[in-house]
This record gives sequence, C-alpha cells and structure tokens, in this order.
Amino acid sequence: MIYDVAIIGAGVSGAATAWQLSRYELKTILLEKAADVGFGVSKANSGIVHGGFHHPVSSLKARLEIRGNLMFEKLHHELGFPFKRCGILVAAFSEEEMSQVRKLYNQGIANGVTNLEMCSHERMLALEPKLNSEVVGGFYCPGGGTVEPYRYVFSLVEFAVRNGTELLCNWHLTKGEYLGDHWRLTAADGGIVEARYVVNAAGLFADEVSRSCGGEEFRIHPRKGEEYLLDRSSKGCPSHVIFPVPTKHSKGVLVIPTSEGTTMIGPTADPVDDKLDTETTSAHLRRILDQVRSMVNGISHRDLITSFAGLRPVLDTEDFYIAPSQKAPAFIQVAGIQSPGLTASPAIGEYVKDLLKGEGLRLMEKLHIEYELSPRHEARHETIENLDKLHDEDPAWTHIICRCEKISEAEIVEAVRKGHTTVDGVKFYTRAGMGRCQGGFCSAKILKIISRESGIPMQELTKRGGSSRILYGTLGDLEVRL
Amino acid sequence: MKKSLICIGCPRGCRLEIEMEGETITVRGNSCPRGESYAKQEMTNPRRVVTAVVHTTSEQLPWLPVKTSAPFPKAAIAPLLNRLYKMTVTPPVHCGDTILEDIDGSGIHVVATESCR
Amino acid sequence: MKEEKVDVAVIGAGAAGLAAATVIAAAGRKALVIDREDFPGGILRQCIHSGFGLKYYHEELTGPEYAERATIAAQKAGASFALGCTVTDIQIDMMGEFTLVLLSAADGVRKVHADAIVLAMGCRERNRGNIATPGTRPAGVFTAGSAQKLLNLEGCLPGKTAVIVGSGDIGLIMARRLKWSGMEVKGVVEIMPHPSGLARNIAQCLEDFGIPLWLEHSVTRIIGRDRVEGVEVAPLNHGEPDMSRSFTLECDTLLYSVGLIPETELAQQAGVLLDRDTGGPLVDANYETSVSGIFSAGNVLHVHDLVDFVSEEATRMAHCVLARLDGAPSAEKVGNEVGSNLKYVVPAFHTPGATTNFSFRPLIIADEALLRAESEGKTIWEKKLRFVRPAEMISVTLPGELLGHAPITFHLQDTATR
Repeated sequence: MIYDVAIIGAGVSGAATAWQLSRYELKTILLEKAADVGFGVSKANSGIVHGGFHHPVSSLKARLEIRGNLMFEKLHHELGFPFKRCGILVAAFSEEEMSQVRKLYNQGIANGVTNLEMCSHERMLALEPKLNSEVVGGFYCPGGGTVEPYRYVFSLVEFAVRNGTELLCNWHLTKGEYLGDHWRLTAADGGIVEARYVVNAAGLFADEVSRSCGGEEFRIHPRKGEEYLLDRSSKGCPSHVIFPVPTKHSKGVLVIPTSEGTTMIGPTADPVDDKLDTETTSAHLRRILDQVRSMVNGISHRDLITSFAGLRPVLDTEDFYIAPSQKAPAFIQVAGIQSPGLTASPAIGEYVKDLLKGEGLRLMEKLHIEYELSPRHEARHETIENLDKLHDEDPAWTHIICRCEKISEAEIVEAVRKGHTTVDGVKFYTRAGMGRCQGGFCSAKILKIISRESGIPMQELTKRGGSSRILYGTLGDLEVRL
Repeated sequence: MKKSLICIGCPRGCRLEIEMEGETITVRGNSCPRGESYAKQEMTNPRRVVTAVVHTTSEQLPWLPVKTSAPFPKAAIAPLLNRLYKMTVTPPVHCGDTILEDIDGSGIHVVATESCR
Repeated sequence: MKEEKVDVAVIGAGAAGLAAATVIAAAGRKALVIDREDFPGGILRQCIHSGFGLKYYHEELTGPEYAERATIAAQKAGASFALGCTVTDIQIDMMGEFTLVLLSAADGVRKVHADAIVLAMGCRERNRGNIATPGTRPAGVFTAGSAQKLLNLEGCLPGKTAVIVGSGDIGLIMARRLKWSGMEVKGVVEIMPHPSGLARNIAQCLEDFGIPLWLEHSVTRIIGRDRVEGVEVAPLNHGEPDMSRSFTLECDTLLYSVGLIPETELAQQAGVLLDRDTGGPLVDANYETSVSGIFSAGNVLHVHDLVDFVSEEATRMAHCVLARLDGAPSAEKVGNEVGSNLKYVVPAFHTPGATTNFSFRPLIIADEALLRAESEGKTIWEKKLRFVRPAEMISVTLPGELLGHAPITFHLQDTATR
C-alpha cells in the first residue's frame, strides 16, 4: 500500500509531525532507525521549554520557539507527559554581564515575550534563594519551563499511533526513489515503504537522508553537550532553570530542576566530527561543575548520579531548515533542529503540516479523534487509598520494583506492552533505574519482567537495541579453565 | 626455602612467614593454630573451599547455592565446577544435604547451603 | 486496607534486622521484620562464598547458610515477617506512635503501627555515575553487587571478559566468582595506594588466579558504543592520571566496587539526622537516632566489613530497644569526636557511666598502632592495635567508669614507624 506521508525519524520533530498529521484522514507512517522512538538527539536533551528571548525573531527558530512554548500547556494536559512551567532566570555576576542581560531582555520584549522582568540583586535572591549571593542581577522569564523530553516524544507518538499512525522501529533508510507519483523507500534490511510525501526529520542524519533521496546537499555538524544528573537530595536544586549570560554558540551551562524533581547540570557545547560520539570527559565535568557552582554553590560532585552526552544537529546557518525540497519532489526537509528544537517542536509539527498542505497534500479532519491519552497511573504519585484500589485491579501496582523512584511492576509491564522492550526504553518510559542506585538493585528484576512480558529471552535483551546486549549467557555456557 | 603468605583462615589475614627445610615446615606470624595448618597445607597440597550455584527445577529458587564440605584440591576445582554447572537438582533440598557425594573418591562432598521446598 | 499493631517494626531482613528481631521477639515483644525481597537474608543470600560467621556462630559459613541460621533464630524466637513489602512512608503521631505504610503485591497497602522502629536497611553500592568515569555509556557496566545477584541468584553470565574498578571486597569476591564461572578477569584497578578489601581476599580471589591489581591507577575512559569494548587505564601521579603511561584493557564487562553508602532514604523521610562522617543515622550510646523510638544498626548505620560485627551490633541495639520499651529513659548524650587518622566513631555519643562498644574506621595502614581516648586534655584510655587497615573496622569496648560527662576525642597513632 502507498502511505500518504512517511516521516523519517521518530525524534521530537518527526513525532510532533506525526502528532499533527494524525488528526487528518491520512495514512501516515513513522520510520525510526533505532530500537525505540526518541533514542537519538531527543533523549539526550536538557528538556528546557525556552522563553523566546535567546534568538532574534528574524530567525525561523525564534518564531517557532515562541509559538511552540505557548502550545505546551494544552499538550501537557492532553498527553500527560511531565511538564512544569517553573520559570527561567538569567543570572548576571558582573556589571558587564548585566549589560548583556539587558540586551537579552530587550530582545525578548522585541520578540513579543510577555511578563519578562528585569531583576535586582535582591529580587533575584528572593526568587531563587539557591543562587550565590554575589549575583548582581538578572532577568526573570516566568514562561520558561522543563519537560521530560523522552516522555514527551513517547506521548506524541502514542497519540499518533492511537489515532492511526503506523510506527516502525529498527527501520534504517538506505535509499529513496521518487517514482513519478510517489516515493519508494528502502531499508537496510530490504524492507520497502511507499508514500506520496516524505518528511525528512532524521536529526543528525538528515543530511545523509537528503542525499540518499536526491535532495539538497547540506551538512549537519554535531555539537556535543555533556550533562550530569544530581541526586534528589542535592542541596543545589533550584526551583527555576538558571541560565548564565549566553555566549555566541551556546546558551551556556545551566542548572535545571527537572520536572521529575532531580537536578541536571550542563550542557557543554563542543563541535565533534563523529555523529555517534557521545563520550563524556572529566575535563568537561570539571568545567560544568566550576560554571554551575559559580551560580549555585550548593551543588557538589558528591551529588552526581549519572552522566550523558547528546549531539545537537547544527547547520552552517545555525537556523532551522524546514522547507519543501527544491530538488526532491514531495519532500519536506526538517533539518538543523538544534536548540530550541524541543520547545519549537509542537510548532514545527504544525508548520510541516502546513508545508505539506502547500505541496498539495489534502487535509481532511477526522470525524473521530482521541484527543486525550488516558491518564497514566504512577505509583509514586498515587494516594495510598488509590493504590489500594489499583491493587484490587492488579496486584502489580503495589509491587515496587525500583526503590529509588518508587516504580511499580505494573508500570514496567505497561511500558513493555506499549512496545518498549529495551532496558533504556523501559527506563525512559517509567523512570525505573533512573534514580540514585542507577539500577544497581533493580536491574535483574526489570530484565525478568521485560523478558516475561515480551517473550524475549533474558540473555537477548538489550540496553538500547543493536548489539547492546546486557548479558552474555547462562552459567555453564563458558567452560571454566583455571 | 622461604615463603610468605596471607592466611585466608579468617578475616584477620595474618602474614605467615614459612620456612621449608626438607620435610620440616616452620610457620611464623600466625595468631592461631589454623594459620599453621593452612600454611602447611598450602605448601604441600593447596586446597580451597569451592562454592557455586547449581540449577534446580524450582521456580522459587532456580539456582541452589552449594559448597564443598571441606577445602578441595585446587587443581581439581575447574573440572568440579564444570560438572556442577551441568547438573540439575530437584527439590526439596535442605541446607547441608549432599548434592554430589565423595567427589572422585576424595571423601569431600558438595552440599547445599540453602534450603528449598 | 490491612492494619496491625506491633511493638517493634524492623525494616530490613538482613543480618542486622534478623539479629535485632531475634532478641526483641525472644523477650516476648511483638517484632515484625519487613523486607522488599521475598526471602529473608538480605544481601547475604547472593554472597554464596564462605567466610562468614566465624565470630558470631564460631563456624565458617557461606552467606546463604548465615542467612538461614539467622532467619531460623528469628522465627524460633517468634518474630513475624512481612516479605515482598516496601516501606514507603513512616509517620509519627502526637503520642510518639509510628505508622509505617507498606506496599506489597500480596496485601496491597498495609499499615503497621509500632512503638519503636529499627532501621536495618543496609547499604547500597556507589556506581559509575557517582564517580563519573568518563567515556561512552555502553551495556556491560554493572556494580559488583548487581553482577553478583545476576550470577548467583539468576545464573546469568554478565559477559566474557571483565575488568573490575575498585578493590572493595565485593569486587574481589566477584573476581573469583567470574573466574569460577568461566569468565576472564583482566585486572582490578584501584585509585588508592592500598587495596580497599581484606588482605585474605587479595590472596584468595586475585593472587590465586594471577589477576593483576593496579594500585594508584584510574579508569580514565570507557570504550565501546553498544557494549563495553575496553577501558583506558592510567597510573595516578599526585592524584592526576598520567596519560603518557596510559594503557587499554580489552573487555566486554566492567564491574564497579567503589564503596558502599548507607541506604538512608527512609531514615531521612522519618526526620532522622545523619552523621556526616558515616553517612548513616546519628545515634547515641543506645543506638537510638535523633528521633525518639527509632533505632538503627548494621550497614545503614556505618558500613561494616564483617557481617558478624553487624549481628553483634544489632544484638546490642536490640537490648537497648527492649529497655526503652520497658520504660527506660532516653540516653544522656555526651559527644564523641574523632581526631587524627580516624574517619568516624559510632556511636557519636556516650552515656556517662555506661560501658560502651565503639566502632572506628581507620584512615591509615599501620602494622602497630595506638588507639587513644582523650578527655579534657588527658588520655583516659588507650589500646595497642596490630595490623590497622582502612579495610578493617576497629571495634573496642570502653568500661563505663572511664566515660564521664566530658566529651571524648579518639586518636589513632601509627606506632610502628616511629
């Protein structure tokens, strides 16, 4: 069969496009190279819903950022992913930085951002007592917030799938040919998908996808960002996202209170050559700690529970490139979606939908849409009375598997039944293994549940698909030679 | 011949100084008689208590922990382990039950170290 | 919702909880031992090696044997068990009665009311994230304890070739276990100039197998995209890795044995103050925490190197719990401090006139050392010690007549090098 639209890449841009298109009478398919959705650029993300003041409104990314920011409340309500409009503070620690802050404030005002507030030293400390007292001043953007990026992507995809979108994971595009009236896409394993329109939302690999479909030649430059996660008990956990004064290439190293109550510090911004280079380094850790401690000195290296690195897909223009291809027909490029891509994503979805319409795609609203995903129960957020009721339906609700984050067996089972069969997939869907012991206590239990529910033997389970197998085999498989 | 060893008899880990002259072995540095016998054993025929898990048919305890009833000759440990990993035990088993009797005529048994209904 | 009332709720069915429940139940008090796992015994069950119990049971036992003995003792004494239960909340009412909220698959939500609580939750392992090892994030990175659980309780081989980071006892024990499971062990990498585990474990777990121990070395990078492919190791020069002398060890598995931390989440939730030096609850000479009626012993209080000491400590604590239930007042508290060469002293307080057992963690290696108690500028007690190691806890008893109303500072001196 020929789909109306094939979206390549189930990261935040592809997922948001699928979310938008699933409201219309269309046959849409979402193709993802990795074992689960959001496993590329999107999962290693700071999770900031930006305030719309960092970039001049002349750029596409600023316009989509401002529009996207405003869409999050409704999305959060409909899709249920964790989101908090906790507010952003930009902190200045010298008079020189203060003049930068004023420029940023003025840019925000020019961009039409409302409720921005210039703050004195006293006001900054009153808003955020965790800030170092040397803070000179800054400004406050109450419209900024944080979101759990992987949960957000899962929700968008779940909505799209619930409303008829098809999803194929482990689908790695090798070739795309336009056959006069539709595209024929071939996967590494020989699989074929045919569609009238193609959306290239391949993140770091958007340049390669464009090339293999005969589209524009451009280059995605990976820019690495290292992040470190702190224990819930960290004394340095602020209640607002704290930004330093930005540099030319990055918004700087931040202190981020995640919407799940942990603290994240980072990211760095360093160009790298390799699109798979997600190594962390001790030099960068030191730099991050120095920089965040100059803003919030309650942060300690003792609070570290894990680290990760993500890559921003950057174009030479530094702007988003979202446009119909001038070379490949019926082909929409969604490339260079670096920061503030997450914030902009709902608006990107909308924008791509409009571009497709402009290219001749007929959009007819469905008569029946499930607008809201049914709310997810999470043992950690339930009252004990509710938990007792849930237990009557399924005893697994009161069987706590992950002690650090209080995740029940029922939540892990739900994740597996929704198709998350890798350890990371389950972790990102439920938070099991994301707490201070990082799976030290519960990984064996989680592996057993995934295996039981998915039918995949324990020895074949992976961390994140591919050859990331967790275990080697069973005792007795290796001969003992001493 | 002189040799020094760390005694494995207890967590104290005494440093044993051993002197061997023909058949005579003198041990110094030990805090108790166990140190002396360990040193003498180690110089002539080193042995270790071997522990492992053995597969069972029980869902409640799929792997049963076991140990040798006495220190077992070091050279024969690998074949013993390979043999244990091929076994399957059917419960009930009680802690102390013999799982493998008189290993290769050594007089040493493999016994269960946990009970399983 | 099931509700019940007990005299003492014991949280944790490991060595500490079982020993405490045994004493409390034997005195005719109702003790309920609560544990997340379906079996009592705690971490002992996965410690299938022998070497436990020489002091407490006067016999060399394996972990499961020790656990079974301790469990049977508690059962015989009349303690009851709530297994497969996670305590999610501890509330205290105006009258000082505690209510614990338990979640389990069997009973759903269950409330337990108790006059006293024993915190015996043990400890958890520090992991790769805590020490921020640089590099990639592939599969194949485990804590030594979680690999031990996978291997000994589930029969799962974590990989084929391993490197062990840190020379803690669990890591050393796992080196031998991996060898005995058919795996290769390329070596143990330790940042300190001395091993963190017991000397006998270096001998029987590394030397027996010719496994190299790299002291004053650090893993500077994890290599491998999907699965671990190797680690980069460098010698340390004044604490900094000397990259000019770094080398790579190929392996598919990495085990971390880099220290244990008391598992204090519930204690903190109940408002118990923690000791900065141990990371565990701050307790007085009766092992009572800052919250009246909440007691603590075992690895949650301070990390022990021997389970026998855990059982002994919990037994001592249990007698204090009983005295408290019988109406004894809270202990009078005089502060104790550590001076030179000691990381901590437990308990952090003494009661004037009461004979007290003190535990210390030394910071030095000394073949001969002097442990000295100083009060008001005078030495009130001293003891010569042999073979002092950071890996080994020091445990001594000071007679009550020496313990007065003035604070005591403990010092440890290396007397061999002088």
